[in-house]
Amino acid sequence: MPFDAVSLIFRRDLRLAFRRPSDWGIPLLFFIAVSAMFPLALSPDRFGTGVGETVVAAADAEAGGGDEAGAIEASVAGRPLYGLQSLGIAVLWMAALLSSLMGLDRLFLNDVEDGSMEQLMLSPVPFIALVYGKLAAHWLVSGLPLIVLVPVFGLIYQLPLATSLMLAFALLLATPALTVLVAIGAALTVSLRGAAAIIGLLVLPLASPILIFGARATVLALDAESAAGPLYFIASLAMLAVSLGPIAIAAALRVSLE
Amino acid sequence: MTRSGLVLTGVELRRGGRVLVSDLSFGLEPGQLALVTGPNGSGKTTLLRTVAGFAPPGAGEILVGGTPVAGLEPEARREIAYQGHLEGLKKDLTVYENIQFINQLRSKSDAISKTLATLGLEPFADRSVRHLSAGQKRRTALAALKVSGASLWLLDEPLTNLDPAGRELVLGWIDEHLAGQGMALVATHLADVLKRPGSLLVEL
Repeated sequence: MPFDAVSLIFRRDLRLAFRRPSDWGIPLLFFIAVSAMFPLALSPDRFGTGVGETVVAAADAEAGGGDEAGAIEASVAGRPLYGLQSLGIAVLWMAALLSSLMGLDRLFLNDVEDGSMEQLMLSPVPFIALVYGKLAAHWLVSGLPLIVLVPVFGLIYQLPLATSLMLAFALLLATPALTVLVAIGAALTVSLRGAAAIIGLLVLPLASPILIFGARATVLALDAESAAGPLYFIASLAMLAVSLGPIAIAAALRVSLE
Repeated sequence: MTRSGLVLTGVELRRGGRVLVSDLSFGLEPGQLALVTGPNGSGKTTLLRTVAGFAPPGAGEILVGGTPVAGLEPEARREIAYQGHLEGLKKDLTVYENIQFINQLRSKSDAISKTLATLGLEPFADRSVRHLSAGQKRRTALAALKVSGASLWLLDEPLTNLDPAGRELVLGWIDEHLAGQGMALVATHLADVLKRPGSLLVEL
């Protein structure tokens, strides 16, 4: 019975999403626009293509700074120089993170404003099952398109295919966690009007571990090293969020409706 | 939970920290209607929302079928249906889709196409709720409540926006519900229209 309810609300929310494409289309457009236009604002002569170049331990490091700067330069000497590529990884992760924050204030507000939330709470199924259904539908229209698109935008930043696929895989682990974090913020602020900015403040600090480890996993893939460590970490964050998050979301929604 | 009564004992209602009603007690038997009247802001809506379990009472106890409403199992919530100021319909779905969703969520029967005609919704069943008039929306919402199969109806101003034909229809549904040993707690300013023999009047 609870699984029927999960699938019922999941299908309802997907149908609603297709009738209101702007709810999920605008965050997606934001991701596309930022990822595609960022390179236009870069000066190629300052970055180089990055491909095939390596960091040279500069002789003038000593002249330019103290021992510390020289030591740092020496430690990366001989490593490949990834100007555009490492910038691209950061841009794609930030664009994905910010796009999942956009439009999230509507996640529960639509249901609260038209009274559907009250009907859902009175339904003979555990409320948390309905929360799971809503989250799954939200992830499908907001998280999944990012995962599919990200390898394409990797091309703009000259990321090798293996790196782009690693980025997509890391996003596959990270987006469920992001969906839950964002939903906690949305549920806590559902009774405040125009709370999108507050949700951002609430969610961004919590999302920073995902950003740090996600970007790290991608850079390791670029270096052709094992990214297992950071991936395990993101996976554990995702499990934590997906298992405990909905309990918090359901409780927050109940309180907001009192 | 089988069909049995609603009992309020010493209930205190609060809204925004202010006490609206204190020490309210009454009981409702199967087949009985209670009309809640009172001026604006007297706590009619708060009473219905509290009985629905959306907010806990400030004090006192609300029993539905012998169980405190806050502790009802999800399965037992099937017996309560609530219709507030907000219709609880999705604007982007059609009337049919809305009714179907609530029906699938709340009851196990799947036969709603034939009931749509008897509910008087047939003429606009395939229209999206966004394009309905206020009265048509209210009619749809009450129809959704009717198909829910709940034994306790909590209605907040059910006749708002309804034309005379719509009122007749809804009053007929309430009669039918009471005749089937259902209960209804109705907040209204139109007690004269809604009054039935044996109905209880709760003045806040």
